[in-house]
Amino acid sequence: MFDRIWCMIVKEFLQLRRDKYARFRLIVPPILQMLIYGYAATFEVNRVQIAVMDFDHSQESRDLLSRFTFTGRFEVAKVLSNEHELKSLIGSSDIPMALKIEPGFAELLRKGQTAHLQVIVDGTNSNTALIAVGYVNQIANQFSQDYARDRLNQMMPALAATVPQISLEQRPWYNPDLNSQWFFVPGVIGSITLMMVVTLTAFAIVREREIGTLEQIMVTPIRPFELILGKTIPFFVVGLADVVLVAVVGTLWFQVPFRGNPLVLLLGVVLFLMSTLNVGLLISTLSSTQQQAFVLGFFFLNPAFTLSGFAFPITSMPKAMQMITYANPLRYFLVILRGTFLKGVGLGILWPQMLALALLTSVLLLASVARFHKSID
Amino acid sequence: MSDEIVQVDGLTKRFAGVVAVDNLSFNARKGEILGLVGPDGAGKTTTLRILAGVLSADAGAVLVAGQDVLVQPEAVKSRISYMPQQFGLYEDLTVTENIRFYADIFEVSRTVRQQREDQLLEASGMSRFRNRLAGQLSGGMKRKLGIACALIHTPQLLLLDEPTTGVDPVSRRELWSILYSLVFEGVTVLVSTAYLDEAERCHRLLLMYQGRRLFFGTPDELKNMLPGAVLSISSPDPQALQTAVAGEQGILSATAMGDTLHVVVDDPDRRLAQLRAGFEHAGVPFGEPRRIAASVEDVFVYVISQQETQQGS
Repeated sequence: MFDRIWCMIVKEFLQLRRDKYARFRLIVPPILQMLIYGYAATFEVNRVQIAVMDFDHSQESRDLLSRFTFTGRFEVAKVLSNEHELKSLIGSSDIPMALKIEPGFAELLRKGQTAHLQVIVDGTNSNTALIAVGYVNQIANQFSQDYARDRLNQMMPALAATVPQISLEQRPWYNPDLNSQWFFVPGVIGSITLMMVVTLTAFAIVREREIGTLEQIMVTPIRPFELILGKTIPFFVVGLADVVLVAVVGTLWFQVPFRGNPLVLLLGVVLFLMSTLNVGLLISTLSSTQQQAFVLGFFFLNPAFTLSGFAFPITSMPKAMQMITYANPLRYFLVILRGTFLKGVGLGILWPQMLALALLTSVLLLASVARFHKSID
Repeated sequence: MSDEIVQVDGLTKRFAGVVAVDNLSFNARKGEILGLVGPDGAGKTTTLRILAGVLSADAGAVLVAGQDVLVQPEAVKSRISYMPQQFGLYEDLTVTENIRFYADIFEVSRTVRQQREDQLLEASGMSRFRNRLAGQLSGGMKRKLGIACALIHTPQLLLLDEPTTGVDPVSRRELWSILYSLVFEGVTVLVSTAYLDEAERCHRLLLMYQGRRLFFGTPDELKNMLPGAVLSISSPDPQALQTAVAGEQGILSATAMGDTLHVVVDDPDRRLAQLRAGFEHAGVPFGEPRRIAASVEDVFVYVISQQETQQGS
């Protein structure tokens, strides 16, 4: 029995050794993806190009506008003198935001009335727009607070000293600088592994079906579980090597800390690999050509990324979508990855995720075994 | 009775309502080469697959070495070997690696494996190519390697699906000599073939047409099915002669083969003048009609054309 599984494994690695392209595929794209995601995947909004229209030309208006460039979040790319230029600018250029100060801005402030700062923003990319408007809000609030205090100081210094104030002190735990690379790099380890393992496994079995070796193996006395193990163990080993490779590159290159117990992560990796191998296996039992496997794989992988919490928080999704995420192995693995890398938590916290992965694995395995017959009809 | 290693009785298989094998019965004895012949779509591959235990059947019984394949397909797999039309060789493994892979799957012990491997490679003239990748072998060598893989566990029954299709004549001859040596060892061989000259090399033949058995017996018995005689007429344009006489009374079938025409007639003495007249009318030069022994191909063409005309009317 073990002899048969062993000879399947040996065969798989012999083939891998001869396949130069496969070795390339196992090493280069994962590292490349890690670097691309690490650098490009970020929610921070920096150096937003803005246009300004100051029709007031007062000390106050200049002070307010200068605060925007001061933070580094904004760069004044254009100073406009009339509103006609504005429309074509936002529509056609890389400048997604404009600030407009009407004449009489300073006068209203001095009278103690409300003055307006108009923000025009290109809402096409709603996420960037939202974050940028948030920054504008912060700066405008700060300005009006400072302005009010100055005025109070001048008029009634005694009273000014008694005005209460809340000052915000940010203490982000686990990621004090709110570095989005720290958030993304562990996630990328999970998503790259998912993609590699699912496609490799599905393709490997379907390829045997295409070239006819599967039919050949089916007429031998091999048992279905021997065939399944012989076909999946090699990709388990390959997947494990890839996780280690990507994790090492990610942590060393991007300086993401690893605070937890490596053994806890290892357990998570093992469970995750088993569940993804079974997804690949199930896809292979559902397709008879590599093309079909590719389509099915794509059909699975895309939602798996979206509904994993890799980029979009699951808690913000509608309830129905949240329910679907429970069937997604990546969802649990991301919690394990971020938990061990950034929070340094152990099994005491992560056991529900581990259990969920183990359950998913068993259900998927049962489904594949049920679908995997040693017959061709 | 005891030497019948294969017993098929009333086997029926449908694919989405279409009958692929229709109430088929036959048997095969120990150490015999049984040829499955029939046009494409006759149900040869389906029959072999059912015998190999990789396809279920809708009705009937299939006993291989006393075991019911339809009930317990796994029970016979260690004793049989099946080589599909597309033999699944791993093209990125060497000749030896392929053989060893199948040896291990069949749990052949190391010492037996080595001995068997040497013997099989020797017999097929492939000893020099042990370390060559299977993908770099010629078509004929791939088939021979396929047979070597299929024989590594010394099966009692070998099922071969068109093993010689697309193989050069020299390799075909070698393949057949391997098959004869197997028979000598007591192995039973079921082989489907599209080459009718090969059918003559089989001990018995199963002629299939649209899933049904048209004939089951020795090649000689098959030839006796032919009423009348076969006449061979050489001509630069046998095609024209064929159209000139086909369908005439007493002309049972006419087949152009290279530069000769084979005509099956009910009574050669009576039809000779009739044929001559027909040929002269066509205006094509032709040689003297000679009476020849019927080949399997002549009978095959005759039997199949009879079936087609029966269905047509």
